[in-house]
Amino acid sequence: MLNRGLVIVGGGPAGMAAAIAAYEHGAGDILLIERDQYLGGILNQCVHAGFGLNYFKEILTGPEYADRFIKKIKNIRQIEISMRSLVVNLSKDKVLTFLKPGSLNQVQAKALIMATGCREKTREMIHIPGTRPAGIFSAGLAQKLINIEGLLPGKKVVIVGSGDIGLIMARRFFLEGAEVKAVIEIQPKSQGLIRNQVQCIEDFAIPFFCSHKIQRIYGNKRVEKVSVVRVDENFNVVAGSEFDIECDTVLVSAGLIPENELIEMAGVAVDKKTNCPVSQGLNKTLVPGLFVCGNSFKVYDLVDSVSRDSVIAGQLAAEYLKGLK
Amino acid sequence: MNKKITCIECPKGCVLSVDLQNDEIMSIGGNECPKGQEYALSEIKNPLRIFTSSVLIQGSSLKMIPVRTDKPIPKHKLFAAMEEVKRMRFCRPVNAGDVIAENFLGLDVNLVATRNSLG
Repeated sequence: MLNRGLVIVGGGPAGMAAAIAAYEHGAGDILLIERDQYLGGILNQCVHAGFGLNYFKEILTGPEYADRFIKKIKNIRQIEISMRSLVVNLSKDKVLTFLKPGSLNQVQAKALIMATGCREKTREMIHIPGTRPAGIFSAGLAQKLINIEGLLPGKKVVIVGSGDIGLIMARRFFLEGAEVKAVIEIQPKSQGLIRNQVQCIEDFAIPFFCSHKIQRIYGNKRVEKVSVVRVDENFNVVAGSEFDIECDTVLVSAGLIPENELIEMAGVAVDKKTNCPVSQGLNKTLVPGLFVCGNSFKVYDLVDSVSRDSVIAGQLAAEYLKGLK
Repeated sequence: MNKKITCIECPKGCVLSVDLQNDEIMSIGGNECPKGQEYALSEIKNPLRIFTSSVLIQGSSLKMIPVRTDKPIPKHKLFAAMEEVKRMRFCRPVNAGDVIAENFLGLDVNLVATRNSLG
């Protein structure tokens, strides 16, 4: 079994900022574990601009923002990076088990920072009835297909929910030549940042329906249409307001859920409603020496804020390690 | 005439109030920083947006390289920009920051890669 002072799980913006900060605050024996073959996490598929204005005082795309941290972290010898490494177990005494192509590994950590990010809510979680044809994607998956894989997953798109990823994808599909038929939001107003409402929806005159919901998805092999209905202030269906939209694709952009199964395995308390760790302060859990940062601690609107707060996680871990000596 | 514009320079999203007389800007208000002034001016005269997309690449473990314009381009040129990048293919390694096309579409901006092709 390996032994490390500090182990960080996740090589996205949170994990990288925390690792660098921990090193800068005196931690030396650091292992960062990332399941993908590239560092940067979700930033790599966020090819649009708008990141970094707070943290770097300039406007960057996602990959450029990630690159600032990647360049820095690769120059720090005291941070070992294990790529294509998937953590499958975390024990109460901070032993991590991870799979790497061809091997099963274990590492004993003195301190741990979990920076595992979020998953997207699915169609099932927002309860849309109907058939189960091809053509239903979470917005982030569609973003990956277009920006990373170079595939356009549909030609006539309806987007459910107006979270930022949904708005960004409305614009991306539109620019890629697809027909964006509608964005459907159950709340009375858009859930994303105002500027995304402006530059993704209004710029292209994409139909936007607040206080509406999809009541059924139709289609046998592929999505054929959705039935949309207006809701009142109590989210009850307004009878007689139904209409159909013909489409081949439904994107779900209904929010994110922190991915915290690993800390739950280690017996760390997680709030059942939000899936965030129960905490008595930023990045802290109820277990000493086990920190959580970035979107797995709480869902952030801006990566700039993730970087800012994850620096504090690195600092806390470094201080914890000093206290052990 | 008064026109309301939401500033997109930062996540705050200030609502700018622009007084117009015969298409001339008389005053701009509502901005919390100087960027709002500039944004309102350009939004009235010639709306600009940073263009971003991805370009196919061969000989890399990546299939696509993300790209951007180094300066914003006129909003009405976004589709022309999309058509142009769809015709492109990279056949050699690229680094983040490499200029892919100088004076892209004759707009006096450069198209640059935003990611390294070799990890």
